[in-house]
Amino acid sequence: MSLRQPGPRAGVATGLLLGPPLLWLGVAYLGALAALLVTAFFSVGEFTSEVIKVFTLDNFSSLLSEPIYRTVAFRTIGIAVLVTVVDAVLALPIAFFMAKVASPRVQRALVIAVLMPLWASYLVKAYAWRAMLSASGPLSSMGLHIGYGLPGLIITLGYLWLPYMILPVYAGLQRLPGSLLEASADLGASAGTTFRRVVIPSIFPSLVAGSIFTFSLTMGDYIAVKIVGGPTQMIGNVIYESVGTANNLPFAAAYAFVPILVMLVYLWAVRRTGALENL
Amino acid sequence: MQRTAALPAVRTALAVAVAGAVIALSACGSSDSSGGSAGGFKAPDIPMAKKLGDKEGAVNILAWPGYAEDGSNDPATDWVTPFEKDTGCQATVKYFGSSDEALNLMKSGDYDVVSASGDATLRLIAGGYVQPVNTDLLTNYADIQPFLKNTAYNSVGGQMYGMPQGWGANLLTYNPDVVKPAPTSWADMFDASSPYQGKVSAYDSPIYIADAALVLMKTTPDLKITNPYALDKKQFDAAVALLKKQRGIVGEYWSDYAAQQQAFEKGDDVLGTSWQVIVNLVEADKKPIQGVVPDEGSTGWSDTWMINSKTKHVNCAYAWLDYIGGPQGNAAAAYYFGEAPANAKACDTIATVDKDPTFCDTFHAADAAYAKKIWYWTTPISQCLDGRTNVKCVPYSEWAKAWTEIKG
Repeated sequence: MSLRQPGPRAGVATGLLLGPPLLWLGVAYLGALAALLVTAFFSVGEFTSEVIKVFTLDNFSSLLSEPIYRTVAFRTIGIAVLVTVVDAVLALPIAFFMAKVASPRVQRALVIAVLMPLWASYLVKAYAWRAMLSASGPLSSMGLHIGYGLPGLIITLGYLWLPYMILPVYAGLQRLPGSLLEASADLGASAGTTFRRVVIPSIFPSLVAGSIFTFSLTMGDYIAVKIVGGPTQMIGNVIYESVGTANNLPFAAAYAFVPILVMLVYLWAVRRTGALENL
Repeated sequence: MQRTAALPAVRTALAVAVAGAVIALSACGSSDSSGGSAGGFKAPDIPMAKKLGDKEGAVNILAWPGYAEDGSNDPATDWVTPFEKDTGCQATVKYFGSSDEALNLMKSGDYDVVSASGDATLRLIAGGYVQPVNTDLLTNYADIQPFLKNTAYNSVGGQMYGMPQGWGANLLTYNPDVVKPAPTSWADMFDASSPYQGKVSAYDSPIYIADAALVLMKTTPDLKITNPYALDKKQFDAAVALLKKQRGIVGEYWSDYAAQQQAFEKGDDVLGTSWQVIVNLVEADKKPIQGVVPDEGSTGWSDTWMINSKTKHVNCAYAWLDYIGGPQGNAAAAYYFGEAPANAKACDTIATVDKDPTFCDTFHAADAAYAKKIWYWTTPISQCLDGRTNVKCVPYSEWAKAWTEIKG
């Protein structure tokens, strides 16, 4: 029985099983993306804001010719990099403690603690930070006035995406045999050297895997910016306002090319690190 | 305030609504630029109801959140059910979040009536999506404040296109404990060397460019701006330059009114553009705040209930307009939303039923002089709204682009 070749009925079963998800991926998911990208080559009527379906490169030429869109794009990338670095620096010691130092009981408690914020709504957390950063908030009363703006935004985004960095790094550290650390110590390496030459290289793919989350989630954010970013604008805000305020879907679609391109380049760059297998 | 305390769940929806209200803009000028059509604007020929017949038993209502409460947000807040009982018209309410959304939904013909802000009305009329309204068929129309009738944003050539709902002004708002001396002009919000740098709160919408134009009308008469929504290239560039200077002192551009309320209460904002309802909320929390309409006037909104040109429930639609513009319906909606009701008798209802006799005074409901100082949101179009024909004005699409640039 077990040697029997899959018959035609098995093919039907596979088709039925895979069909709906593939249809979803192809039509609803990629199809929507394709529709979006095609829209980028249209324009809108002035008074009625109706999409005029005639091919034009106007949206892209204004993207390139008007410096404001470049400024916003570079600012967004900069924020994404900073948030990623902040999260990596915070996640490493936490994950190391969880994986290598803590007892199994504490380890479980810590995993729950890391996951806990994910159970609360994104908005609740962002507004909580709005209260934290306020002129009469807890941070101010401790003499640390941050207020709304870039620093507050980076802190908030760093907080929001931290679990996505801790979890892959923690998983990577768990796969790292404790004997390697012992061997390194036996051979006379200091804790710092072990960390630098054994731990970091072996969990680098996990770090990069985490950075894909922190980087891409930051690239696409626009709500936290509204709540704690003060007057700051990111790519997401410009797209949101192009749709919601200006009713200019084609321009929004054109600008959406920017984060897509940035992410493609980023993914291409990290592909060789093996990070994609560590997601 | 009781009004707001009663509806926390609606707060967010309302904030979204108000943010939306601000968003799109189309209609015309203030009441003093009023009357008739905007620079040769022609309305499509849509027939008007001559008399009313039997009610169809249903009406589909498209409204700003808070304008048509049926008790689903708060069982105690319900003025749709009494309407249904009176008229036998089963009401289906859909709330929308922005004037653009309202415009798109009205195109479908699935909705019989809509509460349109001055920034959507002319686009609805121009697109042929709404029909002229025969005010003789609306018994409560007689009680509507005269300065809300036949305005440039709800009528064309003397023909009304709806039933006025209510209006409000954007207020120059400040924390009197911090801002001394008290600001007297919007120009105080545009002073690049303001001592309140980082604590100034500007409104987050392209239409806010009109606020800068309003300041320029006063400070730079050479630009000859006569209507802040009709700006030629030179006037527009001056307004944008002024806003870019203001950017340096702005702490936040707000669009969520609960967030601005909180910022004023916590001292993150001390000077800004705001709404009466926000001022009331801050006062209710016993925090220092003052809101004024300066001498040069203000920008603001004015909403009108309109009827879809493709409606299948025209009799129920008229019944709704009459009800929501009447002393009960209008009072309930305006009181809940926090704006000046259009119906003069609504003030009596609010005073007696809601036991809030000062409400209409707070909102200056009967104060035509106050209402005249308001430049109601209007969608800027290439054809100058102030009647100039020798020059092209900057359309809203350009305003939206400039707004991104201003924020940097």
